Amino acid sequence: MSLQTDLVLLLPELTVAIGAMVLLLTGAIGGEKLAPVVTWGAVCVLLLAGVGIVMGPQGAAFHGAFIADEFSRFANVLILAGGALSVLLADEYFVSEKVSRFELPVLLMLATLGMMLMVSATSFLALYMGLELQSLALYVLAAFNRGNVRSSEAGLKYFVLSALASGMLLYGISLIYGFTGSVNFTAIADVTTVGGASLGIIFGIVFLITGLAFKVSAVPFHMWTPDVYEGAPTPVAAYFASAAKVAAMCLFLRAILIPFPDLIAQWRQIIIFISVASMGFGAVAAIGQTNIKRLMAYSSIGHMGYALLDLAAGTALGVRGVLIYVAIYIFTNLAIFACIQSMKRAGKPVEKISDLAGLAHTDLKFALLFSALFLSLAGVPPLAGFFAKFYVFLAAIQAGLIIPAILGVLASAVSLVYYLGMVKAMMLDDLKAEPLDKEIAPASRAVMWLGMAVVVLFVVAASPVISAADAAARALLP
Amino acid sequence: MNLPLLSLCTFVPLIGAAAILALPRPTGARWIALGTTIVTFVLSLMVWAAFDPANPGFQLVERVDWLGGGISYHMGVDGISVLFVVLTAGLMPFCIAASWKSIQTRVVEYMALFLVLETMLIGVFCALDLVLFYVLFEGSLAPMFLIIGIWGHERRVYASFKFFLYTFTGSVLMLLAIMSMYWYAGTTDIVTLLNGVHFPVGMQTWLWLAFAASFAVKLPMWPVHTWLPDAHVEAPTAGSVVLAAILLKLGGYGFLRFSLPMFPSASEMFGPLMFTLSVVAIIYTSLVALAQEDMKKVIAYSSVAHMGFVTMGIFTLTHQGVDGGIFQMLSHGVVSGALFLCVGVLYDRMHTRSIAAYGGLVNRMPVYAACFMVFTMANVGLPGTSGFVGEFLTMLGAFEHNSWIAIFATTGIILSAAYALYLYRRIIFGALVKPSLQAILDLSAREIAILAPLVVLTIAMGVYPKPVFDVIGPAVTKMISDNRTALAVDRAPKLADSRALIIRKGVGQ
Repeated sequence: MSLQTDLVLLLPELTVAIGAMVLLLTGAIGGEKLAPVVTWGAVCVLLLAGVGIVMGPQGAAFHGAFIADEFSRFANVLILAGGALSVLLADEYFVSEKVSRFELPVLLMLATLGMMLMVSATSFLALYMGLELQSLALYVLAAFNRGNVRSSEAGLKYFVLSALASGMLLYGISLIYGFTGSVNFTAIADVTTVGGASLGIIFGIVFLITGLAFKVSAVPFHMWTPDVYEGAPTPVAAYFASAAKVAAMCLFLRAILIPFPDLIAQWRQIIIFISVASMGFGAVAAIGQTNIKRLMAYSSIGHMGYALLDLAAGTALGVRGVLIYVAIYIFTNLAIFACIQSMKRAGKPVEKISDLAGLAHTDLKFALLFSALFLSLAGVPPLAGFFAKFYVFLAAIQAGLIIPAILGVLASAVSLVYYLGMVKAMMLDDLKAEPLDKEIAPASRAVMWLGMAVVVLFVVAASPVISAADAAARALLP
Repeated sequence: MNLPLLSLCTFVPLIGAAAILALPRPTGARWIALGTTIVTFVLSLMVWAAFDPANPGFQLVERVDWLGGGISYHMGVDGISVLFVVLTAGLMPFCIAASWKSIQTRVVEYMALFLVLETMLIGVFCALDLVLFYVLFEGSLAPMFLIIGIWGHERRVYASFKFFLYTFTGSVLMLLAIMSMYWYAGTTDIVTLLNGVHFPVGMQTWLWLAFAASFAVKLPMWPVHTWLPDAHVEAPTAGSVVLAAILLKLGGYGFLRFSLPMFPSASEMFGPLMFTLSVVAIIYTSLVALAQEDMKKVIAYSSVAHMGFVTMGIFTLTHQGVDGGIFQMLSHGVVSGALFLCVGVLYDRMHTRSIAAYGGLVNRMPVYAACFMVFTMANVGLPGTSGFVGEFLTMLGAFEHNSWIAIFATTGIILSAAYALYLYRRIIFGALVKPSLQAILDLSAREIAILAPLVVLTIAMGVYPKPVFDVIGPAVTKMISDNRTALAVDRAPKLADSRALIIRKGVGQ
């Protein structure tokens, strides 16, 4: 295994890294007037990396620290799509807010790079490196609207809590290293298969899960989510809700399933607990919200609960369920945040649920689209969100997790209350205040319709996605 | 015949809905919707014509790979389902016509939603894959939610939420049951599950309960019926028609298609429960209907009572009972739909559903009074109307099974006469004293065109029900004999066990 083949395997990641640096220099030398060039350059680089991911070779690199397999390919395509669409949304948002800066696309690229490394990592050190690269970029992004108090607050809150979680994660990794003698996933698996679960390893796993649960915002490590979603600029919140969630979830899968396949009895009960708690809390806590972004934060907590249920299954079918879930989730969420970003009254952004009242009277297409996205999140067939839940519960039932699955579907029935509340505001209520502005900027419009297409057409075009997820799952757990 | 008739029937309305949204003009939307529903109705008649009644199996079958892994797009009809397809497609043009004048706001969305709803409802009866069935079954919720919520009456938001939450919660458990069946049988194909798969008795119990949770809410059975009076009363006229005539039938159809043939032992075990709930529903909701002050509520509660006859009939598993249950569903589809249309006629004129606001209408509206009379009599179950055939046969089946059930259910017939005639008397007869009613007009040509075919159908089904029984008979015979065979298989190990016990006892002695 020469350095050259290693580098070829990581070519997409290298593309993003070099692209980010070049664009940073372009911006630094050319100044603010080159910001559009940087934006479009970032989109092109991310798309190029996507092509590289799809076409590139597969194999392990850097002595088993990274791997390019079907699983990382599936996750990376989603992450790059989420990154590219977020760059477009962010550009539009900051231009209209008149705080456009060329650093923004660069930071989004660096965060995306971190995520790509996270999902390809097969050793805890590589994992931690990717995770921190992502986190550092996200701290800045959350506080990007620095003139705004809420944005600064979101950035600081996220920084403090995320740093704490990273610390716990690192402590868990050090315990695991201490008791198994390796940071490499397969080497750890060899040790735990033979030696079973020592107390030290179990402590390590608990800290590891704590840190990862924080990143996917699962209960009881979810407290930061509503504040950060509400405070962060809308496109950054979109990025948090889409690419960041997908990356953290895929990382969670690999970092639990590969090193500890035989300790499933130990970690499964923890995952089941945080899964059920997240589903239940996400369903109940969102009901009282008045701000759409906060509502989406609680909704995302619930949705991560559903995905975690399939991690608890611990099977290839479970992995497939999670991958189908996040694939649908990422496009739905991006589209919803694009809709939120387009909600303006007389040029000023608004984000209360009551601001949507009577939308169908003024802009029927927008109202139908927005409603369909929420109904999809609720899991109402024949929209895509139903199939996401279907495959999650299918794997959970197969793994014998009947009681958590029953609790899960009941939670989804409860969560219907607030999703229907959104639909009610748009479709049923009468116009109460001035109508929202009708014109929607092109990037938001494109993201919205993309999400809508995924949500509506998944029912007829599901089988390629399912077989891709199936291949990815089998690459992780043969 | 190579045309995919069932898919056409199912998806033509969807194309119509897309056309309406593409050309958003109110007048155009009405005509496109009417045209689409009529084309669909013609297609459904072609389905009926192409259907061979002598064959008890599934016909006009279409199958395309869909999600992979044993889940396919599989459509087909048998004697049990084909007439529901015709009923659904047949009632939709009436619904559109009934909304012609009464819906004046947001016409484009209304017509588009109705067509989407039609796609889901026709598809449900054709689906031969459990996942496809579930998708279409639940897919009807969102359009109905919006129809009630946007064009309904005063408490429409409450009613629409209640409707959606009740039925959705009931159904999610069925989804989990479908998944367990998938892992047991390796497929969700209904034909395979009906003919080749036999679930262990213990598993049947849980599956039956999960399916019943969904169908009992949908049907609805006492005590989970409380969403129905709200939804029916608050929905616009055509919405009530679809709810009463078709949506409720999904529950009965589900029991017939899944619970009885797939979980025979569990159905036998829970039979007494079903009979009890049915009889309670028949008597209790009939009494409740007597006390209502709102015309639509009377009809809504009478629907619950009539659905009680359906569950009673089909769980007897006698030929008469099941035939009668299916006929009762078809007849109730026509009659309750027509009754809601009659109430809609009055509501369009006076904008109130309160019984107290009417009286003596026969003086100003003789044609209306005659039409309403026919449907009231059919609702009571007078011989010569379609209502009689279904009630009589279900009672016959119940009597054969257990005479006590039949005796209690008979009181329901008497009570139904009481509330229906009481309603009719208060609205139609008496002197026309209320000043607001002095200028009320009789049926317009459009309204006569809507109600006349239903009058003819109600009487025709009552006088000559043979064409219906010709279609459903062979399929019912097959279902009952399959059920008996499956029950015998379930009992066989028990017999073997008891024999082993006897032998062991003998050895001990």
